[in-house]
Amino acid sequence: MLETLHVATSTRVAWPDLLVFAASAAVILIGALGVVTSRNPVHAALSLVMTLFGVAVLFIEQEADFLAAVQIIVYAGAIVVLFLFVIMFLGVDKREDITVEPLAGQRPLAFVMLGITLGGVIAMLAESHWVTGAHQVVGPIQGHISDSASPSGEVAQLGKQLFTTYLFAFEATAALLVIAVVGAVVLARRPPAPHEPGETHSDQGQSDRELSA
Amino acid sequence: MSLSGAWYLGLAAIVFTIGAVGLLVRRNVLIMFMCIELMLNAANLTFVTFSRMLGDIGGQAVVFFVLVVAAAEVVVGLGIVVTNFRRRSTTVADDLHSLKG
Repeated sequence: MLETLHVATSTRVAWPDLLVFAASAAVILIGALGVVTSRNPVHAALSLVMTLFGVAVLFIEQEADFLAAVQIIVYAGAIVVLFLFVIMFLGVDKREDITVEPLAGQRPLAFVMLGITLGGVIAMLAESHWVTGAHQVVGPIQGHISDSASPSGEVAQLGKQLFTTYLFAFEATAALLVIAVVGAVVLARRPPAPHEPGETHSDQGQSDRELSA
Repeated sequence: MSLSGAWYLGLAAIVFTIGAVGLLVRRNVLIMFMCIELMLNAANLTFVTFSRMLGDIGGQAVVFFVLVVAAAEVVVGLGIVVTNFRRRSTTVADDLHSLKG
């Protein structure tokens, strides 16, 4: 009886859901096109923020509240700021000419690939059941995500899963982050002057002048 | 919550292809990185949608790991870009051809 109730409610079009989806889809698509087509890298980074906010809204819409918060904090707050920092640190925030095509015939081929990929994915979505593999495509969440037995919601579920089922992967990401930090430090370090260790300062000054020239 | 999952999957497919085309077309290394982030976000949206459709929290756990890996990738990648810029004063991928045979 519960199933019939679900089907009955799911066949009715929910206008607020549709409105939220349409608005955030427009935001996501405009942002994505802005990343690809903008000539200034700073504008591209700001368009990326727009797309990330849209995706966060869709996460909330699908009851992934914790991931939406992490998306805003990590992506928009850390990764894009890192991008902007590097863009302005290197001083490459000027307009670039994207009308020239470095490899002849590359862009038409890229758009052919776009058509093939998009058509293939959407045809798979439309045709095959194994792609979605869902017990129920429409309607409310099945299973234990929004179980009424656990009133604390999906954050507690996600935490429990992360620290039990995915514990090894979780520890592996910790190792990965440490390795990434060490790698970033090694990459960003200036190599010392090979012969005169006392003249590293003047050498650094020279390379700074070369960089700014 | 009654919006069908196919809408989200279609949107994710479109965003993924936009990112892929940007990665193929653009020559600025920083913008190529941003296109990779677009593709990762499309995959994340797909994972969250399947997580809702299948009623399995595992998809959201995978998205969590994707976020961590994306952060590590951006840190190392931008470090490489900065190091390369110090040597060659360029962020254009076509100019980095010293290993070309």
